Amino acid sequence: MEYALALLVLAALVAAVVWLPLRRRGEEERHEETMLAELSAAKEAKYREIRDAELDHRMGKLSRDDWRSVDRDLRAEAIEILRQLDRIEGRTPDGGMDR
Amino acid sequence: MEGVGSACLAVALLTALYAVAASIYGGRTRRRAWISSGRRAMYCVAALSVTAFALLESAFLRSDFSYALVAEGSSRDTPTFYKVTAVWATQDGSLLLWVTLLSIFSTTVLFLTRRSLRDITPWATAVLGCIAAFFLLLMVGWENPFDTLAVPPPDGAGLNPLLRHPAMMIHPPMLYTGYVGFSIPFAFAIGALIARRTGADWIRATRRFALIAWTFLGTGIMLGALWSYTELGWGGYWAWDPVENASVMPWLVGTAFLHSIMVQEKRGMLKVWNVSLICATFTLALMGTFLVRSGILESIHAFGASTIGVQFLVFIGLVIAVSAGLIIARLPYLRSEARLDSLLSREAFFLLNNLVLVGLCLVILWGTFFPLISEAITGTEASVGPPWFNRLVTPLALVLVLLTAIGPMLAWRRFSPSSLRRILTVPLAVVAVVLVVLLALTNAADSPPSLAMFCLVAFVLAAVGQELWRGTVARRTVSGESWPRALARLTGRNRRRYGGFLVHAGIAVLFLGVAASSAFLDQRDVRLSPGESFEVNGYDVTYREATAKLGGDSAGTGAPISFGAVLDVRKNGKHFVLRPSRNYYASSDPSLGTISRFFEGEATSEVDVRWGLTRDFWLAVRPDIGSLEQPIREADAKFADSPGDVQALIIASLAERYRSDPPPAAFRAIASPLVVWIWIGGGIAVLGALVAAWPSPEARLRRVRSLYSARVGQELSRA
Repeated sequence: MEYALALLVLAALVAAVVWLPLRRRGEEERHEETMLAELSAAKEAKYREIRDAELDHRMGKLSRDDWRSVDRDLRAEAIEILRQLDRIEGRTPDGGMDR
Repeated sequence: MEGVGSACLAVALLTALYAVAASIYGGRTRRRAWISSGRRAMYCVAALSVTAFALLESAFLRSDFSYALVAEGSSRDTPTFYKVTAVWATQDGSLLLWVTLLSIFSTTVLFLTRRSLRDITPWATAVLGCIAAFFLLLMVGWENPFDTLAVPPPDGAGLNPLLRHPAMMIHPPMLYTGYVGFSIPFAFAIGALIARRTGADWIRATRRFALIAWTFLGTGIMLGALWSYTELGWGGYWAWDPVENASVMPWLVGTAFLHSIMVQEKRGMLKVWNVSLICATFTLALMGTFLVRSGILESIHAFGASTIGVQFLVFIGLVIAVSAGLIIARLPYLRSEARLDSLLSREAFFLLNNLVLVGLCLVILWGTFFPLISEAITGTEASVGPPWFNRLVTPLALVLVLLTAIGPMLAWRRFSPSSLRRILTVPLAVVAVVLVVLLALTNAADSPPSLAMFCLVAFVLAAVGQELWRGTVARRTVSGESWPRALARLTGRNRRRYGGFLVHAGIAVLFLGVAASSAFLDQRDVRLSPGESFEVNGYDVTYREATAKLGGDSAGTGAPISFGAVLDVRKNGKHFVLRPSRNYYASSDPSLGTISRFFEGEATSEVDVRWGLTRDFWLAVRPDIGSLEQPIREADAKFADSPGDVQALIIASLAERYRSDPPPAAFRAIASPLVVWIWIGGGIAVLGALVAAWPSPEARLRRVRSLYSARVGQELSRA
C-alpha cells in the first residue's frame, strides 16, 4: 500500500516537472521567434552602422581617432547582440561552427 | 519507509527511460520543448536517487534490521561513522551510490550546458539517461537495496572488519566519483558523434568533468594504497591485485585523454583518438565497478559474489559495440584539420606519452585477465605475479617520466634543436649533480632502475622549476611586479598550464617514493617473547609487553577483543614506542560456542607506523592465541547458558590470561625509505589538478571576446 501510494505521488510530481516545458511550448517558441527576428534585424542594422562609419571615415567626414572610437563602440554593441542571439539559439561564441 | 525507497527507484527508472525517449525525439525533431523536458527528467532522476540514498542512510543509522541490507552490512555495535559508510560496502548500496553520483554529475553538466551545444546535449542526455536506467534496472530487477526481511534479526552481521578503516570508507566514493565522472565526457563524445559536431566544443564543455573525475579516481587509488599499507598487514601498498589494476586502468587512459584533447583543442588533430580514448576510459570504469563485485578474478578487494555479472557484461558489450560503430560511421567527420609539423613539438610528445600510457594500460589489462585467458585456452587457471608486472611496467614508467619532463617544455607545432639544447641545459645539469651525489653518498646504484627513476624525477622537478622561473622572469620584465606577485599572477592567469606542471611534479615525487620504497626496503619476520629483541635496518626493537583490550580497540573500529604488543624502538639514540595489535570480531556462525565465537571470527591487523620523511618504520603483530584454545573450549562447555555479563567476565579473564602470560608472537617489521612521499606526491598532484580545474572567468571572457570580435569581422567582410 505504502509502495503504491508513494509510486503514484512521486510519478505525479515527476510528470508535473517534465510536462511543464511541453505545456509552455507554443508560447515560448513564439516569443523566441519574435526575439530572434528582432535581434537579427538589430544585428544587420548594427553592421550597416559600422560600414557607414567606415565609409564616412574614408570620405574624410570622420577623423581617424573619431572613427576608431565609434567603430569600437559599434562593434561592442554588435557583440552584445550576437551574444543574445547565441543564448537563444544555444550556440557557442564561434557561431557553433566546427573548426 | 522501504516502500518509499523502492518507489523512488522504480519512478527514477521510468523517468530515466522517459529522459532517453524525450531527448532522442527532441534531438531528431529539434523541438526544444522535448529537449528541455528530457533534461528536466534527468533532474528528477537526481532528486529521486538522492532521496533513495538518504532513506537508505537513515535505515543504517537507525540500525533498522528489517532491511536485509542493514542486517547484512551493519550491527548495533558498529561505530556511527562506519554505519554511515557501510551503505557502499554492500553491493546494492554501491549501485545506489553509483546512480546517485551519476545523476548529480548529469544534472550539473546538463544545467551548465542548457543554453549551449544545443545539437549535442539532447544526445548526451539520452546517453546519460541510458547509463542511469541500466543501474536503476539492476536495483529494481535484481539488487533492490530496500528489500526487507519477514523476521528482522535482533542484531546485524556487522560491517566487514577489513573495511573498518577511515581510508577504506572514503576510498570507494572517491573511486566511484572518478568512474562516474568519466561518463560525462563519454556521453558528450557520443552526442557529438551522433550530431556530427566533432569539433572541440564537446571537449571544452566537459574537460573539467574529466579532470575532476581523474582527480577523484587518483585520490581513490591513493587512499586504497594507504589502506593496503596500514590495514592489510603485509606491509605493501600495491600488489597488482585485479581490483587495484581495474582502478588504475581507466586512470591511465583518462590521463592520456586529458593530454590528447589539448592537441585537438589547439590543432584540431587526434579526433578519432580522443573519442576512442574516452570510450575506452568509460568502458574500463564500468569494468572496474564490475570487477570489485563480480568475483570472477581472485582479489583481496572483492567483497562478495555478484548476482549481476551477466547484466554488467552485456552492458559493457553494448557500450563497446555502440561506441565502435559510431566512431566508424563518423570517420569522415573525424579527419584531422592539421598535420604533425615536426617530431620535435609538444603535440608529438603528447602523442608519444599517449602511446606509453595506453601501452601501460594494455600490459596491466593482459596481466589482470591472464588467469581467465589461460583458463579459456589451456583449461588451467594461471596467473602472473608482481615480478611480471614490475618487469614490464618499470621501463614504460621510466619513459613516461622522461616524457613528463620534456613534453611541457616544448612549443606547439615545432621546436628547433638549438632551442631544445637551451632548455635542456639546466635540467640536465641538475640530473648530473643528483647522479653524482647519489652514487657518492648512497647505495642507489644497487638498483639501476631506481637510480634511473631518481635521475628522471630530478629532471622533471628541474624542468618544472625552470618553466616557473622563465615565466616569472618574463612577466616581471613586462610588468615590473615583485617576484611573488609575478609568480602568483603568472600561475593565476594560466591555471591550466601551471596546474598541469604541479601535477607533473606531484607524479614525479610519487614515483620517487615508489622507486625508493620498492627497491630499498628492509623487512624482517621474527617470533618474540616479551623481553626479546631484534634488529632491522639499524632499528633495535624490543618486545616490552603484550596487551589485551576488550571493546575498545585503538583504531575505534568496534572490535570486541584486541590483542597486541608494546615495543620499544631505538635508533641513533632516539627512542619511540609502537603498539601494533590484532582485532578479533565475533563470528555469527551458530555452530561455534558462545565464548569461542568471539575468538574465531574475522581478525584484522592494526599495524603501527612511525612515519618519517626519510624512512618509515612499519610494525605488525600476529598474536598466537593457540594457548587459549583449551580454556576457550572448556568455557564453551561450562558457560553456554550463562547470562551475557557472566560470559563477558569469562572473556575478560581469558584476555587477561593472554596479557599476563603471552606465548611468543609473530612480528613483521619493515623499514621503508621515502614511502610517505608516495602520498605527499599524490597530494601535490591533486592540488595541481584542482588548480587546473579551477574556473578562470577572466580567461574565458578573454577567449569569448576574441571569438566574438573575429566573428563580427568575418560577417562584416562577407557582406
